[in-house]
Amino acid sequence: MIRFENVGLRYGMGPEVLRDVSFVLPERSFQFLSGPSGTGKTTLLRLLFLSLKPTRGLITIFGKDRSRITREELPHIRRRIGVVFQDFRLLDHMTTYENVALPLRVRGREEASYRADVVELLKWVGLGERMHVLPPVLSGGEKQRAAIARALIEQPRILLADEPTGNVDPQLARRLLRLLIELNRMGTAVVVATHDIGLMDQVDARRMVLSGGRLEIYD
Amino acid sequence: MTSPKASRLLLPAARLKETVSAGIRQQAARTLERRRLTPIVPPDSIAGRAMVLVIAIMTFLSCLTLGAVTLVRDTAAAWQTEIAREATIQIKPAEGLDMEGALGRARAVAASYRGVRGATIVDRAATARLLEPWLGPGLDIDELPVPRLVIVTIDPVERPDFAAMRAELAEAVPSAVLDDHRGWVDRLVAMARTTVTIGMAVLGLMLSATALTVIFATRGAMAGNGHVIEVLHFVGAEARFIAREFRRHFLIAGTRGAAAGGAAAVIVFVVFSWWSSRNVATPEGDQTAALFGNFSIGLSGYLGVALVVLLIAGLTAATSHFTVMAHLKRIET
Ligand SMILES: Nc1ncnc2c1ncn2[C@@H]1O[C@H](COP(=O)(O)OP(=O)(O)OP(=O)(O)O)[C@@H](O)[C@H]1O
Ligand SMILES: [Mg+2]
Repeated sequence: MIRFENVGLRYGMGPEVLRDVSFVLPERSFQFLSGPSGTGKTTLLRLLFLSLKPTRGLITIFGKDRSRITREELPHIRRRIGVVFQDFRLLDHMTTYENVALPLRVRGREEASYRADVVELLKWVGLGERMHVLPPVLSGGEKQRAAIARALIEQPRILLADEPTGNVDPQLARRLLRLLIELNRMGTAVVVATHDIGLMDQVDARRMVLSGGRLEIYD
Repeated sequence: MTSPKASRLLLPAARLKETVSAGIRQQAARTLERRRLTPIVPPDSIAGRAMVLVIAIMTFLSCLTLGAVTLVRDTAAAWQTEIAREATIQIKPAEGLDMEGALGRARAVAASYRGVRGATIVDRAATARLLEPWLGPGLDIDELPVPRLVIVTIDPVERPDFAAMRAELAEAVPSAVLDDHRGWVDRLVAMARTTVTIGMAVLGLMLSATALTVIFATRGAMAGNGHVIEVLHFVGAEARFIAREFRRHFLIAGTRGAAAGGAAAVIVFVVFSWWSSRNVATPEGDQTAALFGNFSIGLSGYLGVALVVLLIAGLTAATSHFTVMAHLKRIET
């Protein structure tokens, strides 16, 4: 589904953050992306999400060459990739419900056509009661789940989650992880960036480990 | 108890009523939901409200300047035609001059020219009235050597040949002096031109300052929205969609500010015009009226104000559009 070949990336004139990174993300796969802070996990996710262009190497995404994708095509391809940002990026002036529905709304869908789906998804992530609340009054874990719901609303083929358990207690972390595994069982590929070893030990999944700009894969 | 027949009739009616009211309820719920949807662009922040205020003030000042320039231009033009429309022939009394005969001859000469619409002799009574402020009432014109006037009305488009008229007058009535107000008109034209040029320059500066201020105020109000643009972008909104939402929001905000400023300026002009027309008979009123006409900026003035308002609202929207596009380009590196 997504293939990296000898991908390198540097920000501006800085040092190479990623060096010769090669891997394949198959359909319906589940993997952790780990490594010490500042080694480029977020950077790698941004490459996967097409918000960065590699400085060298080849990225193929849904069978398309990244370098040939135009700015106009980007929104369409992004719809097949769900992202949960490290800092959530919810809009504070909209309710949780509206935040989760935003990807559909910006595509021009009528509210009546998606209301039931959004409500169902909110219940699935356990936010059924917090639907009409503004994000500033949500707890960290609730924001996290709202961000996950928003990433899932368009039923993406792959979900990228950046430190989804970064600031929640271990118990909630386990629940969120179970949510992601359930999602994966239903057919969505999942990449979870984390440096929480305890979390990774709970699941027997592929591990992609970044260190010193290089990627090692433990199947 | 109702008869079976009646209940057969009642049942469908009740069902119909139920369906209709359910439909109405649903419709009401739907409109309620739609209205509840929060706008994509966050409601006005402090910077946004400051922007609306700045736009209102700058539009007000621009429209005042525009109105003042329109006023000066119209007044100057009115003066010019007013004065250019008349010439006077003055006949000084002389020993053995038959004044009435001389006046008649002078009028005949003037009236014979192309471009002269009419020539009237200022009669004794009118002359006496003209001199009354200086010489007092009860004046007997015949006792004093008072010069007399012939007013010549001129077609401002096709002016008569004054040189020829002057020469002919000198033959017919040697003591007649023709004044075509040329000197006056020339000086007035020069002054009016200078005033209008200065006014235009001031208006140009004012509009440039307004445009720049509006652009900076809009960018200031947009600064807090970078986060919103990014989120919209990352949830898959197309650039066109994001730009449209912001354009619409800022068009409304800009129109609100600009319309308020323009309306305030129009009110100022209407109030002044009403005040000056109410004071026509008083000395102050006459003086201001003589200087500025009646303060009404006319149709072109109002159209100008409307144009300024539209331009400023459009500029606000355009600025937000370009800010969005620039921001998106920066994200997409
Ligand atoms: N926009 C940027 N411009 C320049 N350098 C950047 C930028 N973003 C990240 N970096 C640098 O790239 C390196 C990798 O950053 P990245 O955010 O990918 O790390 P990370 O593995 O996600 O860290 P963490 O676990 O703390 O989230 C860091 O050294 C960081 O300083
Ligand atoms: Mg990170």
